[in-house]
Amino acid sequence: MAKFFAVTIIVIAILSAIPILRHTWVAPEDISTHGALIDEQMTETMAEAGISFLAAQFILAIFIWKYSNRGPDAKIKSFPGGAKGLVIAALLVVGVEVMALGIFGVKAWANVYLTPPSADAMPIQVQAGQFAFYFRYPGPDGKFGPIHPELINEGSQNYYGLDPEHDPDSRDDIVTAEMAIPVNKEVHLLMHSKDVGHSFYVRELRVQQDFVPGLDVSLHFTATKVGKYEIVCTQLCGLGHYNMKAYLEVMSQQDFDDWIKKEAAMQ
Amino acid sequence: MHDVAAHAAHHAPPTSFIRKYVFSLDHKVIGKQYYALALVAALVGMALSWFMRIHLAWTNAAIPGLQLLTKNGAPGGVMTPEYYLQLMTMHGTIMVFFVLTTAPFAAFGNFFLPIQVGAEDMPFPRFNMMSFWVTFTGFVVLMASFFTGDGPTLGGWTQYAPLNAVGPVGGPGQGLGVILWAASIALFCVGQLLGSLNFIPTTLDLRAKGMSLMRLPLSAWAWFITSCMGLTAFAVLMPACILVILDHVAGTSFFVASNLVMNDQLLPHSGGSTLLWQHLFWFFGHPEVYIAIVPGIGIVSHILITNMRKPMLSHRVLIYSMGALAVLSYMVYGHHMFVSGMNPFSSLAFSFPTLVITIPSTIVVLIWTFSLYGSKLRINSASLFALGFISMFVSGGVSGFFLAQPSIDIMLHATYFVVGHFHLVMGVAAMFGIFGGTYFWFPKMAGRMMDETLGKIHFWLSFVGAYCIFMPFHYLGMAGNVRRYSTFVDDFLQPLIPVHRFITVAALITGAAQLIFLYNLIHSRFWGKPAPDNPWEATSLEWSTPTPPPWDNFGGKLPVVYHDPYQYGVQSSVGDYVMQTSPEQVKKEHDEK
Repeated sequence: MAKFFAVTIIVIAILSAIPILRHTWVAPEDISTHGALIDEQMTETMAEAGISFLAAQFILAIFIWKYSNRGPDAKIKSFPGGAKGLVIAALLVVGVEVMALGIFGVKAWANVYLTPPSADAMPIQVQAGQFAFYFRYPGPDGKFGPIHPELINEGSQNYYGLDPEHDPDSRDDIVTAEMAIPVNKEVHLLMHSKDVGHSFYVRELRVQQDFVPGLDVSLHFTATKVGKYEIVCTQLCGLGHYNMKAYLEVMSQQDFDDWIKKEAAMQ
Repeated sequence: MHDVAAHAAHHAPPTSFIRKYVFSLDHKVIGKQYYALALVAALVGMALSWFMRIHLAWTNAAIPGLQLLTKNGAPGGVMTPEYYLQLMTMHGTIMVFFVLTTAPFAAFGNFFLPIQVGAEDMPFPRFNMMSFWVTFTGFVVLMASFFTGDGPTLGGWTQYAPLNAVGPVGGPGQGLGVILWAASIALFCVGQLLGSLNFIPTTLDLRAKGMSLMRLPLSAWAWFITSCMGLTAFAVLMPACILVILDHVAGTSFFVASNLVMNDQLLPHSGGSTLLWQHLFWFFGHPEVYIAIVPGIGIVSHILITNMRKPMLSHRVLIYSMGALAVLSYMVYGHHMFVSGMNPFSSLAFSFPTLVITIPSTIVVLIWTFSLYGSKLRINSASLFALGFISMFVSGGVSGFFLAQPSIDIMLHATYFVVGHFHLVMGVAAMFGIFGGTYFWFPKMAGRMMDETLGKIHFWLSFVGAYCIFMPFHYLGMAGNVRRYSTFVDDFLQPLIPVHRFITVAALITGAAQLIFLYNLIHSRFWGKPAPDNPWEATSLEWSTPTPPPWDNFGGKLPVVYHDPYQYGVQSSVGDYVMQTSPEQVKKEHDEK
């Protein structure tokens, strides 16, 4: 029984590691300028966690195999290194390991959150609400008109509560249900929620950020590959949460200019 | 102080049925009541997880009879998206609060802490009785939400603001459902605060003569440390729940910001803070993880030592590590909020203590594992579950390396990776602690032995099954599978559905295996082999009492303690161990470092 248990632990440990080693289920290819560091951090962490996982399970299995049901005549022994050796090992090996991960990881985090967007980053606003995202481009004047929450009316498609009649800045604003951005151009995403908590998650872009009702949150990134990607909500927001999504189209600058013109004409 | 408290714990034996079995002051009866509550709650929670898993794998499958549970949630037995979320919320709430907190801490702790310290009862038996009945009322209130209004809340067990405070406009269950949820949890907090208020003085003031703090068994230390955590964590969650209720019924705006719009109407709230709830909730929520797991650490250590026939490499290091986990648990809670809009510098500040907490966890695992070296390990249902606990604790623990880092959390936050992580480490591991504790202590609690063969079958199915369910969760998360979705309509999630089907089948089989445990428990309770006083040849005080223990635990004569808790691997008149209460001086068989 004990030996069979030890073998089971080892088999489970190896089977668990196989999909990781074979990259059976992995995140899609990164299309951002900042994502490489996150991916690298993930790989390093996987190596350290994987080794710790396998080592711990194997040692456990070996000791179960060796020291179970030894009969009445067997002698009790203590591990030669004693507890002190183990504590020192934990402090040195695991302590240094995790601290190193933490310190190196700061750079990947700082790339996304601690560095400001460049001055010429393209501002786009995104508003989350049950259960859709709406995007706003400032138009030729480069300015977003003010939001009047009391004017928000989905029926009349005034998703942002704009008042173009009284606010000149709103007149050229372009509101869309899909997000388009030019490739290799930094985007400064200005995020707010109109009702409850939501989140903005694009796997390929390596971004995830919650919308916090009552707070303006921002995010900046540069997409490096043309294509169509899903934006999904990851913060439980109500019954339609599973279906709250939009598409991000990364286009060439020329295609983007055409797209924005077309959208402007439709406002 | 010692005498006053000891006197307070002394009460007359009950005579009426109600006083003996219902409104009992006896900590042992209260412990069993907590265990029964946890058992019922676990069955409900497990049934809900079955429904959810079936729905996730086969979205349009009709679950026979489900329509009887809900007015609109499952027409023809096919779950609606909102009913999925409602069941998910109830699954999480029931499991975290009414199973993982009540069973290892309140149930076993109530029964065995006073006996292990050598006391007749807790110092405040009436508070203790109240603790159970308030918790029970909390459970009834939570269950009531299934059958009132438009059902239970759908906001998840974390109940994020402002969805938890906007009222019925937020969706089904967001009116009365949330109020009942918050009332239930506030009651639960009161119950656990009363429990903690009893556990702490029991440990500090009611110890028998000779029972120094370092002579307390590791399980007693674990309950003591957990009660210290409970006192501070539940004291924060309870007022937070009351504030949620006030936002619903008193027109306050603690958690709802200004200028929010739902259904094209401005909400009548202003000035509240979304993040305030998250801070309050996680200041409770992270210690709660350790409230669920530290008793398991203590119980597993206790079981392992008995079955290894030797003490752990260091008693003190294990105690200090549990203490370090408890202290650090308050300093790491912000890692739940890395992408929540909190200041990004705060994320870094919370990241480092989170990484540091791996050190005491690693020390605990190393001490356990290397204590096995040179032991005479006995394999039985209790020790199998204890060893399984170590394996699960490691597997669930290493994924913490990822989630402790804000940069990686960008990818993994709110995905199934997180679900896999916490299910393994605080769900399965804690459950294994409960099972191990049950197989180990059942003879003392019920006076009868459990069936070992059934216990081992239960173990094998649970051990392999739990890995089949929860390991793939990590893979799903790495591929970006978002959690809390009732249906996978997103294009990128479609290829992952076969993995979900595998998990569902594993969950159904593993869940069914728990019925073997239930059968074993009930059958052994009435027809099991009568248990001797000390079936495992163990040393701590609970094994020096008659089986089952009398109402005052030690038959009117408080024990005197002569030894450290784990004197195994010695030569004594009874065998390779000497009980704490035995005055016999013994020779050690092994070289202790």
